[in-house]
Amino acid sequence: MSKMTKVFTLFALFALLLAACAPAQPEAPAASEKLRVAVIMPSAINDLAFSQSMYQSLVEMQAELGGPDKMELVYSENMFVVDDAAAAIRDYASQGYDIVIAHGSQYGSSLREIAPDFPTTAFAHGTTAATFVDEGITNVFAYEAASNEGGYVNGVMAALLSQSNVIGVVGPIETGDAKLYIDGFVAGAKATKPDLTVNVNYTGSFSDVALAAEAANTHVSAGADVMVGTAQMVVGAIGVAKEKNVLWLGTQASQTSLAPEIVVANQIYDWKVVLRDIFKLMGEGTYGGKAYIVTLANKGLYMEFNPAFDLPADVKAKADETIQGIINGTIKP
Amino acid sequence: MKNFLAKINNSKYFDGFMPVLAALSALAIGAVMLLFLGVNPLVAYRAMWVGAFGSSNALAETIVKAVPLLLIGLGICISFRAKVINIGGEGQMIIGALAATAFGLYVPEMPGWLVIAMAMVAGFFGGAFWGAIPGFLKAYFNVNEILSTVMMNAIAVQLMNFFLRGPMIDPNQAELLSKIPQTARLPEAYHLARWLPTRLHAGVIIAVVLAFVVYLLLFHTTLGYRIRAVGFNPDASRYGGIRVRRQVVIALLLSGAFAGLAGAIQIYGLNYRMITDGSPTGFTGSAGFNGIVTALFGGLHPLGAIPASFFFGALLVGANSMQRISQVPSAFVIALNGLVVIFVVSSALWQEARQRKRRIAEVRDDSPPPSEPDQATQDVSV
Amino acid sequence: MITDFFSATVLIGILASGIRLATPYLYASIGETFGQRSGVLNLGVEGQMLMGAFTAFYITLRTGNVWLGLLAAIGVGALMGLAMAFVSIHLRAVQGISGIGFYLFGLGMSDLLFQKLMGEVKTVSGFGAIEIPFLSSLPVVGEIFFRQNLLVYLAFLLVPVAWFVLNKTTLGLKIRAVGENPQAADTLGVSVAGIRYLTVTMGGVFSAIGGASLSIANLNVFQQNMTSGLGFIAVALVYFGGWKPFGVLFGALLFSMVNSLQLWMQILNVPIPSDFAVMMPYVLTIIVLVLTVGRVRGPSALTKPFIREG
Repeated sequence: MSKMTKVFTLFALFALLLAACAPAQPEAPAASEKLRVAVIMPSAINDLAFSQSMYQSLVEMQAELGGPDKMELVYSENMFVVDDAAAAIRDYASQGYDIVIAHGSQYGSSLREIAPDFPTTAFAHGTTAATFVDEGITNVFAYEAASNEGGYVNGVMAALLSQSNVIGVVGPIETGDAKLYIDGFVAGAKATKPDLTVNVNYTGSFSDVALAAEAANTHVSAGADVMVGTAQMVVGAIGVAKEKNVLWLGTQASQTSLAPEIVVANQIYDWKVVLRDIFKLMGEGTYGGKAYIVTLANKGLYMEFNPAFDLPADVKAKADETIQGIINGTIKP
Repeated sequence: MKNFLAKINNSKYFDGFMPVLAALSALAIGAVMLLFLGVNPLVAYRAMWVGAFGSSNALAETIVKAVPLLLIGLGICISFRAKVINIGGEGQMIIGALAATAFGLYVPEMPGWLVIAMAMVAGFFGGAFWGAIPGFLKAYFNVNEILSTVMMNAIAVQLMNFFLRGPMIDPNQAELLSKIPQTARLPEAYHLARWLPTRLHAGVIIAVVLAFVVYLLLFHTTLGYRIRAVGFNPDASRYGGIRVRRQVVIALLLSGAFAGLAGAIQIYGLNYRMITDGSPTGFTGSAGFNGIVTALFGGLHPLGAIPASFFFGALLVGANSMQRISQVPSAFVIALNGLVVIFVVSSALWQEARQRKRRIAEVRDDSPPPSEPDQATQDVSV
Repeated sequence: MITDFFSATVLIGILASGIRLATPYLYASIGETFGQRSGVLNLGVEGQMLMGAFTAFYITLRTGNVWLGLLAAIGVGALMGLAMAFVSIHLRAVQGISGIGFYLFGLGMSDLLFQKLMGEVKTVSGFGAIEIPFLSSLPVVGEIFFRQNLLVYLAFLLVPVAWFVLNKTTLGLKIRAVGENPQAADTLGVSVAGIRYLTVTMGGVFSAIGGASLSIANLNVFQQNMTSGLGFIAVALVYFGGWKPFGVLFGALLFSMVNSLQLWMQILNVPIPSDFAVMMPYVLTIIVLVLTVGRVRGPSALTKPFIREG
């Protein structure tokens, strides 16, 4: 054996030894009082978008319930591989977590399969309306966001704020929550100023920050002075908006911290509304079967106005009026 | 005793442990990183072990993960031996899955076994088609396969997104707000058999059987001989009357076909419908890339790819379990995988040195050079 | 609608954004060209770019100095390059695979550092646009070429420099010799390992600068996996360019211009699904290559480790 091989082998044996001596980890006994929550998210907990909205809501729920002693929270982030997520869901369920939240519509098929094996574990997933009750599964909750409502409000504000009457939209893939939001946005903008131009660009990816930025640059060249976008790759577009001093309206989570000088407002997804009810039902022995939709009316969606941005009073008034209108049902986004 | 140890040390079976030792060294470095992250490495690695081998379900998950790696690895064994670098496994897998899913959804009612068999064929041909394009471009237009396969991956992803949010979308989804880009679920009768309650499916049998088929193909048929000859020395092969271009196309076509089959098996064995999150990884789990690593771990030998895929599957499954139990960031897991790959591929030097030493010791007159398992690292001076 | 394409705004927009988009590719591809010309394939470009992008961003954020950020990225790129060189040259690892290892390592490590050191997405003020006096006020051309940031200018300057080094200097001759016939080069007293260490390390440095050109010049943001496949395209462009700096330039510009064209097509409501628009640069790159490629031959010793005959 050469010297290198020896060192190498020793090193490896050492590692093996370490692994072998690992103390058996005591399985945490499920304290009767403690709510154990596991969540699986498709991107990072700090993505300033979809995953962050859920993580933040859960952390706030934890504080509301009295801290980690009352509610245990574990998560798996970046679970974009659908069948890895399925393994994670099953694993959390078999470890005795009280509720497993699969925060992504793409996980629905996996839940449908796993949930029946753990009848006293609650599962939740979204954004979707499918609880699989019609297929005899009773322990799956579903939640979705009427993101077109905040989109509509953003659209109204964007239309009023735009001087050039050109607005740019950066989206990921033309489907799901992103499309819903963008359709709402376009409807709101067009309802306010019918002759407005709304340019929409889909980048075909949730991760291509560079292309999202270039899409934003393209919007600016095309004359846009207000931009919006959805999903986690829009941080690139926000960077461009900041540099070019173009107004930005956010969605999903608060994007204000990224560019306080140009972010007007954000539509925030606050899942606490859903979580509170789910936890309550679980306490009563119901583990699923209910579908939620967060809206402006039930406060699951709310508009967060950036205090550092000097929003003209008439625009703010019109926004508030639109929010009220949507809540009352007089405005259909 | 000393003699015995020396014998073990010189045994060719010990070579197989070199990659394992290398992987363990990478894990040791990972342990240091874990300490910096404030995580007890013992707890983390125990979670990894338990997650990959700790129960029958864990073991099943490991095998489930290994199936696409093995299939794609088999394809890579073929293409790398023809000296063709196929990094288009991701795209080929996607196209194969699309073809197989479309077949299952739109074909008229037929017996389950027949649909499954034909869907596998559809996946095989889908991948073959996607692999044959870069093969054809390389052979007849001198377009480098790394370039074309990278581009074809991106094209396949956009095609998948288009079909799943458009023409192939689940009719139920089309009416909902959420409009999840997914197909309808395949009927129960079309699912591959499973060993309940685990997710282990019959795809593993297909994969292992095919490993033996590829072994026979590569080492006991004329086609296999030609492919290896082209990879070993294209000029000599041309003089020897082998149509080099055709072998290049065949190598990439077969390589793509196995990736396509892997895609079909993922659908019929595991997911039962196709879903996209917009990225290739969401569906493939990077199997297109990991399959390349698997093939190399297995010494580019189809039978070597079986343990290699099991090992790599265990690593991936275990790493996910580690993330869950010790709450290390997923980023650490990816970096750790990278380290393992770097270490294992670097350990080939020692493996090679051992083989050379043995060869000199035994002065064995072996079969013609193409059967060298390590020809990918072949030195120009040979 | 079609006539809109010929308006000055659109044409200028496409060209200017094509040039911006091409910048990271140019750095990474030119670096990779040097490595490949000396016989080493580095598939880990993406990982090096991500590490460079993160380091540049983080140091700029902490110090407020873009130059320190760039310098730090160069340092980290050099380290990543050296590691790749060591593994490929001394340990003679299969290059396609070790590259995938370095890709995964860079992808994970940059994200890990991002989470531990920053915790959330932030912005910095990076290299701003520099308006070149006189030239920038030229009509049309001024806006396209002369109102970009420093790293964009440097990227385009790099192309002729790389061409000069490769073709007109002794170093270039040695690099080519090592890539074509290491045995002969070795006999003539050229250190094969030395040259390869140099080019692969350089490749790492340029990839890292490419990453930095995103995080502290074009976007001024860092996010995990922000390159999202860009590094692999960069490797592909080396083949497109036939291992020649100007060929790489052509490829990078073509790919990027088509990409900005498709963004404009969506804006101008050209009735094709967005997925097909996004696909265009990939499809066209292949088609153009098929139509134009001659019998370009790569470096003979590419991916082959050198062992001196005993």
